[in-house]
Amino acid sequence: MANYAWPSRDEAQVIGKKTSRLDGVAKSTGTAKYTYDVNLKGQLIAKALGCPHAHCRITKIDTSPALRVPGVVHVEVLRDAGSEIEWQGEILAVVAAETEGAAAEGVKAIRVEYEPLDVFVKDYDLEAAERAGRTSSGGGRVQTEREPGPNDDEDKFADAEIERLLKASKYVVEGFYGIDPITHCCLEPHGSTVEFKDGKLLAYLSTQNVSGTDDGFARDLNLTASDVEVRCDYIGGGFGSKFAPDYWGVAAARISQKTGRPVKFMLDRDLELKLAGNRPSAYLKVRVGADENGVIQVWDSHHWGTGGATGGAVSQNVVPYVLVPKNYRRRVTNIKTNAAPARAWRAPNHPQACAISQTVIDDLARVMGKDSYDVFLANLVNATNGKADVYREQMRIAAELMGWKEKYHLHGKGPRNGSIVEGLGMALHTWGGAANNSSCTLRIRPDGSVESWCGTQDLGTGTRTVCAMVLAETFGLSPADVRVNIGSSKYPVSGASGGSTTVGGVSESHRRAAQDALEKLFALVAPKLEAQAEQLEAVGGRIRVKGAPQRSISWKEACALLGDMPLEVTQSYRSGTPSPLSSSQVAGVQMAHVAVDLETGVVRMKKFVAVQDQGLVINPKTCASQIYGGVCMGIAGALFEQRIMDPETGAFVNCELSDYRLPRLGDVGEIIVHLYEPDSERQRGVVGNGEPPVISPIAAISNAICNATGVRVPVAPYTPQRVLEALQRRA
Amino acid sequence: MMHAHEDTSRRSGFSRREFLKGSGVAAAATALAQQSASVAQEQGVEVVRGKKRITVEVNGEPVSVEVETRTTLLEMLRYQLDLTGAKPVSTDGSCGASTVLVDGKPALAAALLAIACDGKKIQTVESLAKPELDPVPKAFVEHDAQQCGFCTPGFVMAVRAFLNQHPHATEEEIRNGLNGNICRCGTYANVFQAVLSLVKGGANG
Ligand code: FES
Repeated sequence: MANYAWPSRDEAQVIGKKTSRLDGVAKSTGTAKYTYDVNLKGQLIAKALGCPHAHCRITKIDTSPALRVPGVVHVEVLRDAGSEIEWQGEILAVVAAETEGAAAEGVKAIRVEYEPLDVFVKDYDLEAAERAGRTSSGGGRVQTEREPGPNDDEDKFADAEIERLLKASKYVVEGFYGIDPITHCCLEPHGSTVEFKDGKLLAYLSTQNVSGTDDGFARDLNLTASDVEVRCDYIGGGFGSKFAPDYWGVAAARISQKTGRPVKFMLDRDLELKLAGNRPSAYLKVRVGADENGVIQVWDSHHWGTGGATGGAVSQNVVPYVLVPKNYRRRVTNIKTNAAPARAWRAPNHPQACAISQTVIDDLARVMGKDSYDVFLANLVNATNGKADVYREQMRIAAELMGWKEKYHLHGKGPRNGSIVEGLGMALHTWGGAANNSSCTLRIRPDGSVESWCGTQDLGTGTRTVCAMVLAETFGLSPADVRVNIGSSKYPVSGASGGSTTVGGVSESHRRAAQDALEKLFALVAPKLEAQAEQLEAVGGRIRVKGAPQRSISWKEACALLGDMPLEVTQSYRSGTPSPLSSSQVAGVQMAHVAVDLETGVVRMKKFVAVQDQGLVINPKTCASQIYGGVCMGIAGALFEQRIMDPETGAFVNCELSDYRLPRLGDVGEIIVHLYEPDSERQRGVVGNGEPPVISPIAAISNAICNATGVRVPVAPYTPQRVLEALQRRA
Repeated sequence: MMHAHEDTSRRSGFSRREFLKGSGVAAAATALAQQSASVAQEQGVEVVRGKKRITVEVNGEPVSVEVETRTTLLEMLRYQLDLTGAKPVSTDGSCGASTVLVDGKPALAAALLAIACDGKKIQTVESLAKPELDPVPKAFVEHDAQQCGFCTPGFVMAVRAFLNQHPHATEEEIRNGLNGNICRCGTYANVFQAVLSLVKGGANG
């Protein structure tokens, strides 16, 4: 076994160099085949009938009119008469037909009768939820520096202690903060193109989890997982919502089994938004007390929210977020609503926790009449992740890139230009991002070709390119010289892409396999070069003796020494194994500059700065793209997107893209990304960065709006209407 | 000349000349409905169906296709010609993912009936790969203006059309002129840089 390590910054030939993604041309000329694009010969197109009611019982369902529609081949009923439906959009039946038009017509022809049941969707209204019996405790925690005595009632002691600390505080902030639910809204909707043939299933599935979804299909179809192949060469967005075949994927497979024809079943846009993933809301009431320096000494909060019909609210573990004072009390109430269950949304819990707690720090600065930067700086003593020094340095860099010092004014005290005021805000975040399980099989053929197989997937993060870069670096080749195969459940098992764990996992498995293979190759080459294997290195397409580069042979000549037997190596990394190649825990700081129109309430992004640590950066180009993208998604959550439900009927009223507002190119302003990679971080190895950059934007933008106007707009998204309401409340 | 044809042989005994009248995209088909005039009444919904052979030029090649009158241009491209670059993301024209050029002008294939394109020239994103890579997709690759890539073909075509009209666009014109496309992954900053490089370098072909 080789001595696994990364090359130093100076030695590295490929790693750390901006590299265009290898599948870039395929994507930008439309030849990349996504699940939706796979057309199998003789395929049926399936469409779903979603329940129009948020809570009801099916009393009758008659699919026979659908079967009479020309072109309709099969109707699969998923919910029979008697079923209780708990959210709008739940799929009742699936129609498979020769064309999209026929399938849609078939769906319209199905006759269903419903008995309406009581609906509750007001997740923001805690009292109404309690009255409706929709609440449950999500837990809580109390931590105080002083311990209760042996005879003290713990709750009473905590009450008294919190009140005492608040009274003793120089500054007290009391407030309400919130963030509404949003959806994942993947542009490629959830779905699959499947073919059941000869007792085997081939499933092209839009998934973040090729290695872990075969068994989900198998269970339901009475197959073994080895009878199933899941493929996903390209996926049009997942963001945490595409880990399973889902019942609609299984339905497609069943229809294929019954009809003997391939089936394509992708959700329509409205069902994608209603069913296929949403992020829990969070609303928080809080009191904090701080000392004369603005360091928070006590935090007392209660938050609530909904993860829909089954999921919970935002975890209490991350409230307050990152900066946790020595004394705190926090609790959470889960609210059950008639909405589809929440799914993991990029950095689960963190964006909401950041939005409802780092806004409090900014309000403290407002109350103190101090620069928000200084108050954040003072509160770094409360950083619970050991990253205070990293944050301090990142804040310095971010402030420089933003021009914070030159531009900053106290809250609401900036110049007014017509109806426009401007402001700055910041926030900071953390994330784990440790490497996932990953296996890689590597084959070096005697003709010098290099090929790898790994059951991972590229969500658009650039995984393919990272795999190629790691192999190329190790062998002294260029990324275009190696062929990387990913995206099939038949390849060596690799973990699901979630939680920023992929780049770490695949870097581990590919580097390990490549170093092992190279060691074997060195053993063959050493006698030829009259050297020891340990003295060799692979650089610039040649294998040579360290310190004597003239003693070398080409990569091809070296591989020819393999004779007629390719060299094949499989290596695995198991998540959690300490390794010099990867690590976990990152820090990031973000700053926003906004302009607010006091007459219209419209907030415009002027500039955004993101400083992000992710250990060692393999590909700075795609790494930066993750951060640009995270910031844009954060801007979406801060200013644009929200799931709007009719409070009486529970209907999701903005479930089409014309109403579900997302930012456009002209809405995001200037974004500056800084990859924070000093030696202290680089030496930690690779850490994922998919989640971190999406965490801080909402809090940073909220703080910038408050800095501009002097008024806190309590609940995200900060729409013109909400901005105006907040301004009016002050007036 | 390519020929494409939908398999309807499995359903015999129904009129092929029916389509759903009044569905969102049916308006352009009214003229045809008047000609074919085979109208069925089913549960209060007036159903008119029909098929028509149309001739279009797709990426420079003449193509004859038999389409249902309700078939959108996007469905025709994707299912009958297997040109899957243009993407189905929304049917209300709000995302730009299905952008193609019809007679040189940008159009949303998802919101356009195939029969409305009879006799027209269609240019899809696939055409930008040949004979040599167009500067727009090239700049998208160089500036990494793509992540998952599902919005990318539509964005590339929107940029191609924008630059055809505004070869020397200013920064402000770029920020104002490319707001018909949604990217969920958030590649906007990169798309902006890609477009900027083309107007600055004068290399937008
Ligand atoms: S790259 Fe994924 S939607 Fe634009």
